[in-house]
Amino acid sequence: MADRLETKLEAGPEQVRYASILEKGMYIGLLILFITFIIYAFGLMKPYTPKDNISACWIMSVHDYLECTNIKSGWSWVGMLKYGDFLNFIGIAILAGATIICYLSIIPILVKNKDRVYAVLAFLEVLILGLAASGILRVGH
Amino acid sequence: MQKRTLVTLFSNLLMLFFLLGSPPVMAAAEGAVASSSQGHPWWFWPLVLLVVTFVMGIFAVLGGVGGGVLFVPIISGFFPFHLDFVRGTGLLVALSGALAAGPGLLKMNLASLRLAIPVAVIASACAILGAMIGLALPTHIVQISLGGTIIGICVLMLVAKKSELPDVSQADNLSSALRIYGVYREGSTGQIINWKIHRTPLGLGLFIIIGIMAGMFGLGAGWANVPVLNLLMGAPLKISVATSKFLLSITDTSAAWIYLNQGCVIPMMVVPSLVGIMLGSFVGVRLLAVTKPAVVRWIVIGMLAFAGVKAFLKGLGIG
Repeated sequence: MADRLETKLEAGPEQVRYASILEKGMYIGLLILFITFIIYAFGLMKPYTPKDNISACWIMSVHDYLECTNIKSGWSWVGMLKYGDFLNFIGIAILAGATIICYLSIIPILVKNKDRVYAVLAFLEVLILGLAASGILRVGH
Repeated sequence: MQKRTLVTLFSNLLMLFFLLGSPPVMAAAEGAVASSSQGHPWWFWPLVLLVVTFVMGIFAVLGGVGGGVLFVPIISGFFPFHLDFVRGTGLLVALSGALAAGPGLLKMNLASLRLAIPVAVIASACAILGAMIGLALPTHIVQISLGGTIIGICVLMLVAKKSELPDVSQADNLSSALRIYGVYREGSTGQIINWKIHRTPLGLGLFIIIGIMAGMFGLGAGWANVPVLNLLMGAPLKISVATSKFLLSITDTSAAWIYLNQGCVIPMMVVPSLVGIMLGSFVGVRLLAVTKPAVVRWIVIGMLAFAGVKAFLKGLGIG
């Protein structure tokens, strides 16, 4: 039964669900990113780093930039959403987070189809992406 | 009439691409940077990014390469932005392209989730490692390595052949156990094609290196994914290209989170680059019908080689 499903021309149910959620995540993420950027660029919300100073920031290494602007790395941006520049991180986080949601959504289908190896692989991927997103892993120059 | 308009538009874009890539303009850009990036209003460099990435998006489509692989060497080589932010932005550019293409490719069953899932586990874990290595190493070392990698990519683009339907006489044990096979309809002929893969352990092993490089340089990795999936593992070209594009949405996600959490993302760089590449890609797709891909491919390889040498010299403190 599973083999027959595999060899069908149409995508399997887990693939269709993955695609649908990825599509929604992509549209929502991009839409929010563009709206928040307009708010930022047109000065509708005050930015944390003044726009006139931004060109002095991007020539520095990230270490110097964070030190100079007193910005904390990791998820500290969540606490700075009142600033126009940090508002843009909502859309970026949705774009970067969509894949994790997609994987979580297909695990029940894989389990239901007794596709245990792929269910484990999908769960492992969620752990890997979750670890990357967590901010636990820290590096620096 | 419409075709003539498109040809004229393409000719103008070609001139613009040459102009943007020409040494005098690059030197002028660098001069502007050297004199002081403070001398311009805040919108100057985002606007330049928008225009350059727009042209880049067109050539990425026509040249059959991803946006990330053009973005990182060109922007880091010739513009004032630090490599840390260029890599962060480059990953988000590549990620957005993959997110935009992925759902359609999955629904058409050209991108194979069964093929992508095991590969993604390895590639995304290694992309995290690559991102951490890339952010820990001194910038000039990364710049030299980036230059070497880009020159290597040019060589790969020149010598790598493609196989529409590789001959896989027997699937290997691992791919059989994982049931990595499928069927698709070839649009041009209507033919139903059954596919399977071989040399899976070796292919998965190579994704360790590909993942590390993708994370380290923020390049995306379509340039390496496709040859491994197609030539080594024997997946049909269409399946390889589609699965590779989808795979980037997973690999780049893991690396992008590392760059994001390290603070390497500046929205004033990211959004104009995303918009530019996306708009350029839309125009590129329309121009595809009236251009000679071989000529464009040579231009893209030439530009990449130039940017690779520039990155190499910049790392050595010469450029």
